[in-house]
Amino acid sequence: MGPLFEYALRMGDSCLILGHRVSEWCGHAPAIEEDIALANTALDLIGQTQMWLGLAGELEGRGRSADDLAYLRDSREFRNLLLVERPNTDMAHTLVRGFLFDLWHFHTLGALQRSADERVAAIAQKALKEVSYHLQRSADLVIRLGDGTAESHQRMQAALDALWPYTGEMFLEDQVDADLAAAGIGPPLGSVQPLWEGDLARVLAQATLARPASTHVQKGGKTGVHTEALGYVLADMQFLQRAYPGARW
Amino acid sequence: MYAQLVKTDADKVKSLEEMDPQERRFQERIDDDQKIEPKDWMPEGYRKTLIRQISQHAHSEIVGQLPEGNWITRAPTLERKAILLAKVQDEAGHGLYLYCAAETLGVSRDALIEQLHSGKAKYSSIFNYPTLTWADIGAIGWLVDGAAIMNQVPLQRCSYGPYSRAMIRICKEESFHQRQGYDIMMKLCQGSAAQKAMAQDALDRWWWPSLMMFGPPDADSVHSAQSMAWKIKQNTNDELRQKFVDQTAPQAAFIGLAIPDPDLKWNEEKGGHDFGEIDWTEFHEVLKGNGPCNAERMEARVKAWEDGAWVRDGLSAYADKAAARVAAE
Ligand SMILES: [Fe+2]
Ligand SMILES: [Fe+2]
Repeated sequence: MGPLFEYALRMGDSCLILGHRVSEWCGHAPAIEEDIALANTALDLIGQTQMWLGLAGELEGRGRSADDLAYLRDSREFRNLLLVERPNTDMAHTLVRGFLFDLWHFHTLGALQRSADERVAAIAQKALKEVSYHLQRSADLVIRLGDGTAESHQRMQAALDALWPYTGEMFLEDQVDADLAAAGIGPPLGSVQPLWEGDLARVLAQATLARPASTHVQKGGKTGVHTEALGYVLADMQFLQRAYPGARW
Repeated sequence: MYAQLVKTDADKVKSLEEMDPQERRFQERIDDDQKIEPKDWMPEGYRKTLIRQISQHAHSEIVGQLPEGNWITRAPTLERKAILLAKVQDEAGHGLYLYCAAETLGVSRDALIEQLHSGKAKYSSIFNYPTLTWADIGAIGWLVDGAAIMNQVPLQRCSYGPYSRAMIRICKEESFHQRQGYDIMMKLCQGSAAQKAMAQDALDRWWWPSLMMFGPPDADSVHSAQSMAWKIKQNTNDELRQKFVDQTAPQAAFIGLAIPDPDLKWNEEKGGHDFGEIDWTEFHEVLKGNGPCNAERMEARVKAWEDGAWVRDGLSAYADKAAARVAAE
């Protein structure tokens, strides 16, 4: 299978798993406005999943739909970033996870808008509108809660420290990234990280949060070696499709 | 129904002659179909009844997120997941409009939420039933949102302006909710034997609780009469329940599901269905807190509120600091 198939899976799976995590908040958020906003984010991410996994299925050419890819693969075949499968834990972890991902997602889609592949460019254009809003919102909340009360500050810093090791994976580039960059389909190698770092520094400064010193990187998502958390996400998500094989819903 | 047992503090409805001049003018405006707005004079009973009714309705929207939210992560396709997310998001939005409408009567959202959490305020009994299978999501959309529409369409003409306008916005979204629920049921009925059995089982469990949503029979309700005189209620409980049965029975037949009521049959003479006796003991037990999920629902809402306290405090602390920074400039 070509590198674009692999890349579409990576994008689609990250949207799917993050959308799943965010949707777990439904009805349990700190305020009604947050319930609405979180549901809205999850909804956008599921829509983007349909586009990316739809493209993956089309590229694969074996008749697998976006649903087949979402519901009928096991965890070793999932290609999402480890970051997005990390549990919600509390609102701080959820917001920081969202922010770290949104910032990467925003700059990645920014590059993909200019992709030499029209289908990729079209998905990126549509998704970027939504993701710009996700980023605006998550950055704003990181700033407010980082610089809120002593407790909110401490929780946000703890979440940042815990999730930090999962950020490095976003910038580890492999042959798939290199092939797509060379073809002008994916972002030029090394182009997203400096943008991410620059924005991150500005937001953290405003949020009075410290950039963690650790340089250790947890990796494996791109090759399907996940954390233990993913198996439970899939058990939950895929239950009906697995329990009633071939049923239509 | 979402507000299914609203007390009015009235033991009987006053006639115009018995009212003092101010109250009489108020009642005449209502009789003339004029809208009452927040700054207008209103009898204390009208205000209190509206607060109870609107807040019960708002609480129902908020608690109602829980049974459906229970299946979002397990929705069987990406499209179903997106539809359900959109639907539950709408319900949270309904809660928000309704709390805003209640706030125009001089009570804060936080105070109302506090009443919900302390058990002082009620919400619709229907949300104290569990969603055990995917078909329950279909049954809720079809029956529960169906019953909601039945009740809310006339409330668009409610005498209190802000409530009436909230209902107009809400009703626009409800028909999509009902359609998606019925569509889930229809797909299940077109599917395997196991899927069809799942749909029938959901109807069996949700049918009677849905009929209870309209509240106690008219014969037992003095509150209903006062609310109707004030036009914060347009139809009696039994009228709405009858309409709901008449609408739903053919829909069930169309997809091949059997309504679990041996007494249900068309009555040519009255031009409506006859149907069996509702188990009002169950209804009162659920309202008292003894439904299958009352404890879980309240626990979940209280936990969400308490766990979220640091977030709300953090946001207001930031807002205070930001305001102070602006003031210092
Ligand atoms: Fe609603
Ligand atoms: Fe609804």
